[in-house]
Amino acid sequence: MANATPLHVVTGKGGTGKTTVAAALATALADAGRRVLLCEVEGRQGLAQLFDVPPLPYEERKVAVGLGGGEVYALAIDPEAALLEYLQMYYRLGRAGKALDRFGIIDFATTIAPGVRDVLLTGKVYEAARRGSATKKGGTGFTYDAIVMDAPPTGRIARFLNVNEEVAGLARVGPVRRQADSIMAMMRSKTTQVHLVTVLEEMPVQETIDGIAELRATNLSVGHVIVNLVQAALLSDDTRDAITSGTLGTKQVGAALTSVALDADAAPALLDQGRAHLERMALQDAERESLAESDRRIVELPYMSDAIDQGALFELAGLLRADMLGGAAS
Amino acid sequence: MTGKPSTSPKPGRRASRTTGPAAPGSLHDAIDVDALLADRGTEIIVCCGSGGVGKTTTSAALALRAAEQGRQVCVLTIDPARRLAQSMGLTELDNIPRIVEGVSDTNGGRLDAMMLDMKRTFDEVVEAHSTPEKAEQILANPFYQALSSSFAGTQEYMAMEKLGQLHEESVENNPRWDLIVVDTPPSRSALDFLDAPERLSSMLDGRFMRLMVAPARGPARLLTAGFGLVTNALNKVLGAQFLTDLQAFVAALDTLFGGFRQRAEATYSLLQADGTAFVVVAAPEIDAMREAAYFVERLSAEKMPLAGLVVNRMHPEDIESITAADAESAGHKLASGDAEERATSELLAVHAERARLSKREARVAQRFSAAHPRVPTVAVRALAGDVHDLDGLRRIGDLLAGRQEAAG
Repeated sequence: MANATPLHVVTGKGGTGKTTVAAALATALADAGRRVLLCEVEGRQGLAQLFDVPPLPYEERKVAVGLGGGEVYALAIDPEAALLEYLQMYYRLGRAGKALDRFGIIDFATTIAPGVRDVLLTGKVYEAARRGSATKKGGTGFTYDAIVMDAPPTGRIARFLNVNEEVAGLARVGPVRRQADSIMAMMRSKTTQVHLVTVLEEMPVQETIDGIAELRATNLSVGHVIVNLVQAALLSDDTRDAITSGTLGTKQVGAALTSVALDADAAPALLDQGRAHLERMALQDAERESLAESDRRIVELPYMSDAIDQGALFELAGLLRADMLGGAAS
Repeated sequence: MTGKPSTSPKPGRRASRTTGPAAPGSLHDAIDVDALLADRGTEIIVCCGSGGVGKTTTSAALALRAAEQGRQVCVLTIDPARRLAQSMGLTELDNIPRIVEGVSDTNGGRLDAMMLDMKRTFDEVVEAHSTPEKAEQILANPFYQALSSSFAGTQEYMAMEKLGQLHEESVENNPRWDLIVVDTPPSRSALDFLDAPERLSSMLDGRFMRLMVAPARGPARLLTAGFGLVTNALNKVLGAQFLTDLQAFVAALDTLFGGFRQRAEATYSLLQADGTAFVVVAAPEIDAMREAAYFVERLSAEKMPLAGLVVNRMHPEDIESITAADAESAGHKLASGDAEERATSELLAVHAERARLSKREARVAQRFSAAHPRVPTVAVRALAGDVHDLDGLRRIGDLLAGRQEAAG
């Protein structure tokens, strides 16, 4: 297990921005001279869209320069290619590999047979993480300083990461069993951390809390909870009190609007928007409190009003580096 | 609260419902939700879309609205938020539809709700299609246990299986429901459930499966040289025990295959039937709308009946007289004034952010409608809080039916 490459697994409920956070984390980790691999496993080509590059093949491609001047490589893991590569690498199944294809077994294994897909996806990440210590057996790539995985959503994450245990239960002996055991050992080692991305809304927060419990129950280490899309409070406490007590009403706001040549009739709607904003802030605070009980390290990322581009990614990466990595890449 | 819908159900062709009144300012037709729900020809509504866009809430709101308008409704949810589930009386994951309390029955309707238990659904299928001894054998097989409880994909199979069962129950001589609303699982791809029946069929027909069952009989004998190579390879990779268990599993399931395939095919044609309406749910974000576009295209390729697109959590422009830029520059001037002016300046900052968001969302929605001009769409404005009770669902139902309320 010497020089094991740190693996950061990023999960989150759909719509919380987990792909963006995974990309920002990879950017943050790519310090000077460092090389970070960012993997996607769901076949959505989300990374290509995010980095604005053509769809990624089953090949490690440099997609960006990191925050510290290092390099970010991206890989879209395709289960079929991973299976053939795996058979070739470990078993030199040239002819038999083709026979497997002819009998529809590759197709069976990667699309129909439940779970095999997940085994192959985690297996490929394992391969990339172990390049440092194992002898290179026809592998494609480099040794990486860190690997970030844009993983399946929170509801499936424990099952996904534990799939090899299921396999170990089915294959009681043989190389697959050994491989499954080593993958589980890596997933449960200190070098692997699962980060959960959430937003401050009821269901994602609940799912995060449930996810943490589920991960812990299966001995996976939970890293940070990354709260994404946090809306900044725009109203001061004084303004809040004035609105709720009614001392700030249509008349006062209307007068202020008139003084800057704006339509005073907009005052009631402005106050409504203010009240809705206060309600959202109160909700955010309540959800923040529920999360605090989960006893995890929490990092907050702001809501960005523009679409996420490279600049925004750097900004998020900077925040992650300061709050999550203690100012330095790990 | 708005009163009873004034739109009377349109008799006759269901196709007419997609030509409802267009929402003001909208480029394209709106879904006429009330006509859809009132149409007795609508027997199944499937809500689909990527994760986190409010599919469950949308299905529950549609089901509740239909019930309160007089339909006998069953809603099948996959993974509801806890408080919403509680408010619908869904405290147990037991696969049994139960009546939801607190639903108005003035129009003679009712609402039943259930949460999907995928393992139990699978077990029931096995039990229904084999002898008790054989069922026991299958249920004990490690492959079956893994397949039915923990592997991805099973949830989609079982959601569709359950839909088939509920529909069967509803059309049999003593109709229990006349409308079933289904929420779809939050899958890797929102389309997995469409593929589930097809995949199941192809697995059952697969050469590999047939060879596993009868490796050396009949015409397969010709292939055995190749197959020997394969089994050797598999043994080498997986260990012999693996293959033995798998073979036992496949052999045990063999008797179920016909039944399974028939059901899968029946469910697929049920989805294509006139009585089904797909509602694609999205949020006004680039990723969710991209998924929605993919979904719409896929549904049309599969000849699945599409009712339209629901865009949840929209923030429409409330104050059109003040642009974001005006709000910011005025806010800047007011920031150094007295307390009331400072407060107004803060309110203008809230407005500027909101106005930018509205613009962005409108742009994202517009892009979709430019590419899919014929898809009826309804925008549901965001509520400030979470929806976790029947009143919240009623509000969403009103919004879905195009009854916009005052700014909130």
